[in-house]
Amino acid sequence: MRRRDFFAALGGGIVVLLVDDSDAQESGGGGRRGTREALPQNLSAWLHIGETGMVTVYTGKVEVGQNARTSLTQAVAEELRAPVEQIRLVMGDTSLTPFDMGTFGSQTTPQMGPVIRRAAATARETLVDLASQKWMVERATVSIADGKVLSGSHRAGFGELTSGQKLTQTIPSSVALTPAAEWKVAGTSVAKVGGRDMVTGAHKYASDIKRPGMLHGKVLYPPQFGATLASLDRTAAEAMPGVKVVREDNFVGVTAPDAATAEKALAALRAEWKPVTAEASSKDVFAYYKKNSRDGAAENPHLTAYTVAYIAHVPLEPRAAVAEWHDDKLTVWTGTQRPFGVRSELSQNLKISEDRVHVIMPDTGSGYGGKHNGEAAYEAARLAYASGMPVQRNWTREEEMTWAYFRPGGLIEVHGTLNPDGTLATWEFHNYNSGPSALQTPYDVPHKSEHLHQSKSPLRQGSYRGLAGTANHFARESYMDELAHSIKMDPLEFRLQNARNERLRAVMEAAAQKFGWKNRQQTAGRGCGLAAGFEKGGYVAACAEVSVANGAVKVLRVVEAFECGAVVNPEHLRNQVDGAVAMGLGGALFEQIDFADNRILSDRLSRYRVPRFADMPAIESVLIDRKDLPSAGAGETPIMGIAPAIGNAIFEATGQRIRTMPMKLVG
Amino acid sequence: MARVRELHVNGAQRHINADPERTLLSVLRDDLDLTGTKYGCGEGQCAACTVLIDGQATKSCLTKVGTVAAKRIVTIEGLAPEGKLHPVQEAFLEADAMQCGYCTPGMILGAVALLERTPHPSDAEIVSGMNGHICRCGTYPRVVSAVRAAAKQGGRA
Ligand code: FES
Ligand code: FES
Repeated sequence: MRRRDFFAALGGGIVVLLVDDSDAQESGGGGRRGTREALPQNLSAWLHIGETGMVTVYTGKVEVGQNARTSLTQAVAEELRAPVEQIRLVMGDTSLTPFDMGTFGSQTTPQMGPVIRRAAATARETLVDLASQKWMVERATVSIADGKVLSGSHRAGFGELTSGQKLTQTIPSSVALTPAAEWKVAGTSVAKVGGRDMVTGAHKYASDIKRPGMLHGKVLYPPQFGATLASLDRTAAEAMPGVKVVREDNFVGVTAPDAATAEKALAALRAEWKPVTAEASSKDVFAYYKKNSRDGAAENPHLTAYTVAYIAHVPLEPRAAVAEWHDDKLTVWTGTQRPFGVRSELSQNLKISEDRVHVIMPDTGSGYGGKHNGEAAYEAARLAYASGMPVQRNWTREEEMTWAYFRPGGLIEVHGTLNPDGTLATWEFHNYNSGPSALQTPYDVPHKSEHLHQSKSPLRQGSYRGLAGTANHFARESYMDELAHSIKMDPLEFRLQNARNERLRAVMEAAAQKFGWKNRQQTAGRGCGLAAGFEKGGYVAACAEVSVANGAVKVLRVVEAFECGAVVNPEHLRNQVDGAVAMGLGGALFEQIDFADNRILSDRLSRYRVPRFADMPAIESVLIDRKDLPSAGAGETPIMGIAPAIGNAIFEATGQRIRTMPMKLVG
Repeated sequence: MARVRELHVNGAQRHINADPERTLLSVLRDDLDLTGTKYGCGEGQCAACTVLIDGQATKSCLTKVGTVAAKRIVTIEGLAPEGKLHPVQEAFLEADAMQCGYCTPGMILGAVALLERTPHPSDAEIVSGMNGHICRCGTYPRVVSAVRAAAKQGGRA
């Protein structure tokens, strides 16, 4: 896009471009009029104030329920001194927003937050320039408050200053940001942006998108992973009115004017598949990881083994896409955390250049790391191409739970030794298959060896909220508990004695204090447990209380202390912590993908239990607001302490040490 | 079986032409473009597809459209017909009882029906009344506070 295209598309006003490579920055200073130059490379965001005064910010980040739309809007409101209602965010649209790697790894707050604040701060200074020129007053006399620019008796809305302008400004690196201690809008609990459309049902998710002439698409999947198509009889399906069957090698799909006919047509396909032999099932997969480790297996005979099952993300909105071709250009609406990644996936798979693919990401029905790829988008694009009409391809729950990817399963083996005073002497930690996040212990140990062993996974696996952080915390914090009990030391004391990191100690102490750890009562059938850790710039500690009756565990209470630097929006942060506790509880106690014979057995909600209202403990969160530290993301780390805290509480209640996730009591 | 030609939805008689065996969920979403009613599982497990049928919270994914032709159906789009939010909708916004919002329409209609039956529910009654609804984002504690707050406000439209 060239500068003049901006104004052609947006109308006049001022545009602030944010370049994320300091070498490529043009010098700051006055705005440049003129529209001839091409846009700089490495744009990471841009902001436009139109002639009506409306502020529009363009970012490649997306909203998946983590409230990035709200927190980024707040950042803009803060720097521009404008009300939240005057600001609109365009997110994750590959034609309108700058390139972005994707929304994952809790990077929106630490990376995009400051970028957008800079853009807004620059726009504010440009408004001040315009006002001082227009009113011929000293710059220093101009101020902005509540969306109005003021100086003496002068007063103007943003639109009065931007109207007739065609001004672009590339960011100087020196713009001062409002320090966290002076935040007025950011740092408070602004209501969810777009919340009203959610409570009225007006918000259009990807699965709600309709296009003129749109057909409904279905895809025939093999009965086993890896099975290949031997023969296909499509006569019955093709005899149905309006039905088209598409076959390209192993890919078989149907389109029909309505979803019900598409379903019938799919059922009418007669396919034979060449079966395959499975290499592992959910019962023997942990030995399989060890056997297939790419760099051999640990040999220490004293290692204690923990296992973590594959689990599914279960975003309540399954994958969904609508694809539409115009000549050789493709537009796709889909729910994904990586719209630009999906664009390249489509461009590669379909063998067309990226500039002919436009991916639009409507705020989606959640992801938790599970919507990184464009499976539904690719299917929709193929079916739309073959049928010459727009096609909607909404996955069913069974498809989502079978053909998406899973959080990796893992085998983790640990051994630690103590000095006579209870300090850690040695630490050995092996993770097979589940991943490197939070592999390193945050405790002080003079001799440690920590290894990730890549292995083979019988199931497709990928990103998940917190990645392997949950698995590694489960093993480490359970084992730390075992060590504490082995020398009859209180688990909190034991951890504090082995932790020098102040931020780690602070969350442990805060959680323990709020929980009443030191004065906790020993009651039959009840127990308390504690866990702590660090990942992605955030420190977390959780205390849990459980009751155990008739072989069933009920989590009664969770106190979680969390510190991720300066808090941007305390309500939304608490909401994320609540959500992480709920989700963490599922993986701790009952979520598990069962598979055998290259088939998923737990492929629907009646066979895969997720947390419900009745499972929820009382949750109290303690937010430690470190205004002196940069804000880190909060979507992930709060999940990590839950499982080990619950496991340690089960141990206190029953004397049973459960080393599997999900944790199931024996007897 | 005769095709279904009319459906009473959100206070209006709507013309359709549907196989009576089809689910109400699909007719609402695909034929009437009432996409506020969500699909989450298709097997009665999540309640994202909840609508009110003669005031009762009902899972539209398990309801054949032929069985509701003579009944009054309310979807989330019918809860604030003149743009004035229902107290339960207000309460959800106020309590920030959503993240991705995908479960929210079903939750709100479930709560409306609950408050009709039990205008002043205890927390335990809210939990058991709402337990069929899944919120994968885990906003359960906030939904409980929203329902509690709506009950205090009188809860009904
Ligand atoms: S879609 Fe109807 S209960 Fe889940
Ligand atoms: S808010 Fe995302 S499922 Fe409830």
